[in-house]
Amino acid sequence: MGRIFAVTILVIAIGSAIPILRHTWWMPQDISTHGAPIDEQMSETMAEAGICFLASQILLAAFIWKFSNPKPDSKIKTFPGGASGLVIAAFLLVGTEVLALGAFGAKAWAKIYFTPAAANALPVQAQAGQFAFYFRYPGPDGKFGPIHPDMVSEANQNFYGIDINNDQDAKDDIVTAEMAIPVNREVNLLMHSKDVGHSFFVPELRVQQDFVPGLDVAIHFTATKIGRYEIVCTQLCGLGHYNMKAYLSVMSQQDYDDWLKKEAALQ
Amino acid sequence: MATTVHDPPKSGTDQKHPALTTTGNGNRGGVLPGGGNLREVKRYSPPPASTGIWVGIAAIAMTFAAFTSALIVRKGSSNDWQPFTLPIILYLNSALLLASSVTLEVGRRRVAAFMAGVKTHRARPARWLYVTLTLGVFFVAGQYAAWKQLRAQGVFLATNPSSSFFYLLTAVHALHVLGGLAGLLLVIGRLRSCVLRRSTLDIASRYWHFMDVLWFYLLLLLWMTL
Amino acid sequence: MHDMSAQAVQHHAPPTSFIGKHVFSLDHKVIGKQYYALALVAVVIGMVLSWLMRIHLAWPSAKIPLLHYLSANGAAGNVMTPEYYLQLMTMHGTIMVFFVLTTAPFAAFGNYFLPIQVGAEDMPFPHFNMMSFWVTFVSFLVMIASFFVGDGPTLGGWTQYAPLSAIGPASGPGQGMGVVLWASSIAIFCVGQLLGSLNFITTTLDMRTRGMSLWRLPLTAWAWFITSVMGLTAFAVLMPACILLILDHVAGTSFFVASNLVISDQVQPHSGGSTLLWQHLFWFFGHPEVYIAIVPGMGIVSHVLITNMRRPLLSHRVMVYSMGALAVLSYMVYGHHMFVSGMNPFSSLAFSFPTLIITIPSTIVVLIWLGSLYGSKLRINSASLFSLGFISMFISGGVSGFFLAQPSIDIMLHATYFVVGHFHLVMAVAAIFGIFAGTYFWFPKMTGRMMNETLGKIHFWLSFVGAYCIFMPFHYLGLAGNVRRYQAFVDDYLQPLLPVHKFITVAALVTGAAQLVFLYNLVYSRFRGERAADNPWQATSLEWSTPTTPPPFDNFGGQHPVVYHDPYQFGIEASTGDYVMQNSPEEIHTVRDEE
Repeated sequence: MGRIFAVTILVIAIGSAIPILRHTWWMPQDISTHGAPIDEQMSETMAEAGICFLASQILLAAFIWKFSNPKPDSKIKTFPGGASGLVIAAFLLVGTEVLALGAFGAKAWAKIYFTPAAANALPVQAQAGQFAFYFRYPGPDGKFGPIHPDMVSEANQNFYGIDINNDQDAKDDIVTAEMAIPVNREVNLLMHSKDVGHSFFVPELRVQQDFVPGLDVAIHFTATKIGRYEIVCTQLCGLGHYNMKAYLSVMSQQDYDDWLKKEAALQ
Repeated sequence: MATTVHDPPKSGTDQKHPALTTTGNGNRGGVLPGGGNLREVKRYSPPPASTGIWVGIAAIAMTFAAFTSALIVRKGSSNDWQPFTLPIILYLNSALLLASSVTLEVGRRRVAAFMAGVKTHRARPARWLYVTLTLGVFFVAGQYAAWKQLRAQGVFLATNPSSSFFYLLTAVHALHVLGGLAGLLLVIGRLRSCVLRRSTLDIASRYWHFMDVLWFYLLLLLWMTL
Repeated sequence: MHDMSAQAVQHHAPPTSFIGKHVFSLDHKVIGKQYYALALVAVVIGMVLSWLMRIHLAWPSAKIPLLHYLSANGAAGNVMTPEYYLQLMTMHGTIMVFFVLTTAPFAAFGNYFLPIQVGAEDMPFPHFNMMSFWVTFVSFLVMIASFFVGDGPTLGGWTQYAPLSAIGPASGPGQGMGVVLWASSIAIFCVGQLLGSLNFITTTLDMRTRGMSLWRLPLTAWAWFITSVMGLTAFAVLMPACILLILDHVAGTSFFVASNLVISDQVQPHSGGSTLLWQHLFWFFGHPEVYIAIVPGMGIVSHVLITNMRRPLLSHRVMVYSMGALAVLSYMVYGHHMFVSGMNPFSSLAFSFPTLIITIPSTIVVLIWLGSLYGSKLRINSASLFSLGFISMFISGGVSGFFLAQPSIDIMLHATYFVVGHFHLVMAVAAIFGIFAGTYFWFPKMTGRMMNETLGKIHFWLSFVGAYCIFMPFHYLGLAGNVRRYQAFVDDYLQPLLPVHKFITVAALVTGAAQLVFLYNLVYSRFRGERAADNPWQATSLEWSTPTTPPPFDNFGGQHPVVYHDPYQFGIEASTGDYVMQNSPEEIHTVRDEE
């Protein structure tokens, strides 16, 4: 039975690896400017993790095959190099591997989080609330009107609680249910939550960031490919969590301007 | 039985048998038994109650460490923290608690001497334990008085995060002090029935002193942040 | 100077009444069995919950027979509502993590065997020990009660992130009473764990019999000791967190709820609280908790495999140091659950380094096992199969940790099925396999009967293959971006993944059914199993040297064993065969010294 088990482990290990090698299920195509290091990091890690996975499962299988159900008079043998060899191997090989991954990954992370948004980045506000995303554009004055929580009303479709009568800056704000951005233009997304924790995830854009109630969080990114992508909520927010999504449309600058005008008219 | 039964080793060979050698002093009271030599085989173990009370103290310390970090984070996360003056009675309570530690330590030594059969002309050693108990009860009553005073000023648990932490920390501490009082009652009861073990006396004292130390830490924390 | 027999142990007389023997027992062995029974009930409930979840995920509008009896609101017409899915999911996670994975490997087997393995009569504080079980039991009742109140259990996941968990009923069904019951149950659970840890630590440090130095402790004893230290510090932080959560609910405080939150057009009455505070407190507990779930399993696997390989590990000390290193590092990594949480991105990097480094002791542990298999005389039986299965599962689950440890990659994998696959492989499979290995190995000692080997092997094969069929695909789903905690998959990009979910559901139901083989084997063998010898595995540690099987009330029949040898003297020539028991005075010629 030991040998059958060894073969089973081998089959499972190799079988599990096949969909990975063939990218049967994989990340969607990257449409961001910061995503390449992330994808590279993913591939690097997949290669190293894959080697560790296969090597250790194969060793496990091999040793079970060889040493199970032994003859009664066989002698116990010690692994060459003993424990010290293995410990040194672990420290050196795994140690360097993880430090390398850590260092390169840190660079990828720093590129996203430690570089400030460009001065001319397009500011867009995103508000997450049970169970929808709403977006706000500042309009021609470039300023967002203040948010009045007591004026937030789903019933009146005043999702942001803005006071167009008394706040000058709010008069030209554009609130939409869909997010549109121009291609190849950096966007500064200003995120806040209306109620509980939510998250903004667009796999193609290589962006995932939680909305934190009480905190204003800003992330910036640039989309490089025109298309329509789904924004999904990834932080459990209640019964409608599974259904909480919006669309991100990446458009040409012209199309975006047209869209914005249309949305402004609908306010 | 699967094992072969052998004659037990003769007592004369005990000392030479590698299993039973003892080296060093056994590191009385140290953290690691055997003086840190994990190969050593001790012939003496500290009473488990002694280790046990340290374990309990560690757990309580961790709990208050968590409350402390919650306080610090909560204070820094928003600008709604409103400090208030600590009721003066708190300082009186602190003095009472400190005094109770002193009386407890005196009492503990005298009771220990009494239990060890040291002849003494001194008064009944349990007296000091009773004094400690009384001071402890006054401490808890004083804490309650502090709460009443704050409530009279309109400062309640939910009034402000600062008051939330004040009530929370003092109440949780007071609860643990009540536990300490129960321990002292147990010690006094066993002493009177002449079934008190030395370890019980020691650990009840250690716990009580820890309550004292913990209180002064909390007082400092509240004084600095409130 | 006085030795063990004069210790201030509470020598308690054997109980005579039924209640004293089986209900309110001070005997650590009974307490261990009580914990095992609790874990068994909990795992059945947790597993049934997982079936309900999986059926709903594959067929969201399916009518599940009898479900409306569990909740008229949550399953009107036997069709599960979206909120009820989340409520069942929350209970599944909570019950499994707390009442199965923290209870069985540590409290059940540890309570039973730690005192025996160190050569003691019982734990030093039997009353606290008994209390620890009953407190845990009360905690379980409070948790189960939430199924039957108002609008049901909380739906916020076992992680109960604020402010969803702290705002109150406005944020969803089950978020009023459900949360209060959850938090109360967990706070009570923490007390039980602290009482348990107290006993484990003092037993290991103070109750060892003559000759039992720390390095002569079996690896299970080390694992339980390390786990109990982790438990002490971790649960001591979870309890304050739950108290603060309860206060936010019932006392109008705002520890976790920020200002100006609006639900249903109402501004919520809280202000100034910190959302991230809950996460920091929870994960400071949460990460050591998962090592609490796995380290006893590592001890059990080592212990079982050594006996079945007929040789000690390549290095006993390295295994101990590695388990210790895992425990220490586990406190430094908790922020890897919060990489994209909105905390300072620099903190994310800071947490990722210890997280990457913790792969080193994990690797060493696996390599030591593999290196010990080399040249061994491996016996294949149910216990050793589950131990080897543990190693395979731990490799698989551990390797996905490489990804999740890096914040840049976590951007793509956080809150996806990749994470769910990772933790199920290490916890739901590896840790459970550790429990199975322990059960098959120690059943003879606990009951005096052997479990049926054929049934054990059937159980193993179905579970091993089944578990891979269930959880390996989770990683693929995660890579494709499949978000977790969704009760149905309505997004466009998720549609192509639905067939994978159906496959997983079928695998889950089959693997679940296979567990009935184990349950049957347990019950059948308890009453009709073949009688076991005192030491059926020819093992060396003290539990196999008790004068009777099951052990007598005071474990060693009034004698205190004397220990002469290191714990795993195998592969030597002795009068008993290729091994010598720890308490055997026989001197052996090729002493296998741990380096």
